Amino acid sequence: MTKTKKTVVSLLIIAALIAIIPLFTLKGAEFGGSDDAGSEVITEITGAEYKPWFTPVMETWIGGELPGEIESLLFCVQTGIGVGVISFFMGRLVERNKKENQKNKIKKQ
Amino acid sequence: MAFTLKTIEEEKMNQKEKKIVALAAAFALVFGVAPAANAMHIMEGYLPPKFCIMWGVICIPFILAGYLSIKRTLSKHHRSITILAMAGAFVFVLSSLKIPSVTGSCSHMTGTGLGAILFGPSAVSILGIIVLIFQAILLAHGGLTSLGANTFSMAIVGPFVSYAIYKLCNGIKINKHVSVFLAAAMGDLFTYCITSVQLALAYPSESGGIGASVVKFLAVFAPTQVPLAIIEGILTVVIIIGLETYAKSELTDIGFMNGGEN
Repeated sequence: MTKTKKTVVSLLIIAALIAIIPLFTLKGAEFGGSDDAGSEVITEITGAEYKPWFTPVMETWIGGELPGEIESLLFCVQTGIGVGVISFFMGRLVERNKKENQKNKIKKQ
Repeated sequence: MAFTLKTIEEEKMNQKEKKIVALAAAFALVFGVAPAANAMHIMEGYLPPKFCIMWGVICIPFILAGYLSIKRTLSKHHRSITILAMAGAFVFVLSSLKIPSVTGSCSHMTGTGLGAILFGPSAVSILGIIVLIFQAILLAHGGLTSLGANTFSMAIVGPFVSYAIYKLCNGIKINKHVSVFLAAAMGDLFTYCITSVQLALAYPSESGGIGASVVKFLAVFAPTQVPLAIIEGILTVVIIIGLETYAKSELTDIGFMNGGEN
């Protein structure tokens, strides 16, 4: 393994560990969104339950809250689009690199 | 011969892609300007209307600058469209991953640092707003009314902070990868600091005023975000390493490789 590869792999492992460790160390924590925690603070400051003056358009369209499963589906779609684009272009770049290297080798011979 | 064919094919592809980006950008522009649609991860309806309008209006010049900046980059360096698409996709991926944090709640990253470092901060405002609109409409995450405020924090201040830190680190000759890490991590963290300030401005505490509110909101957002900011920094460095290895020519085009190796 080259040095770069080693760096990349170890960096990825560190990132994964930072993400996963809280899950195991904080047993029983809720892991709700910090956005929701924000609305709790608003309630705390204003002293009254805050009533949002605008409901998300999606909730208006489907007439209710987005089901949790559907929400995670949509989040996955978002991730999928991103990962797809990145890997498509990365694949192209890697192949291009390979071809260029081969060409250079032939030239040298 | 095969080589010429390939270039022609690539050019065609690029033109098509350019159109797509232009379309997406136009779409973003219409949304940013038309209904004074507003704010990032401030929830829908949680920001009083006058703040929604204010943040929306503040964002307009940045979005315009971003559009022009992207246009300029693409007309100068046609090939960099692939890297731009990847930077946009990076925002898509990172802002969709909700990650558990030490405080026992979840948050997600912004992914805007990469684009800011590669294409300059204003270009990222376009990439960011596309993601925010996607999330606001489909995911009820963030919101159309808070689009302006959210764009300001995630797609404008975050990238500008990243860019400034990256330039600063470059100036004092810190290792390139370390600067990338710092820039991305601080940009991410600052995004949430700005969100806190925005919420505090809208909801000043009765006893302590805006200052006390900022502290309260920061106490919620900041500790959660610190580990995520570190992860974002790491992932940005990984992508940069990958691009340095495989897309050297494009990075040279957009001026990233000018500093030489590290």
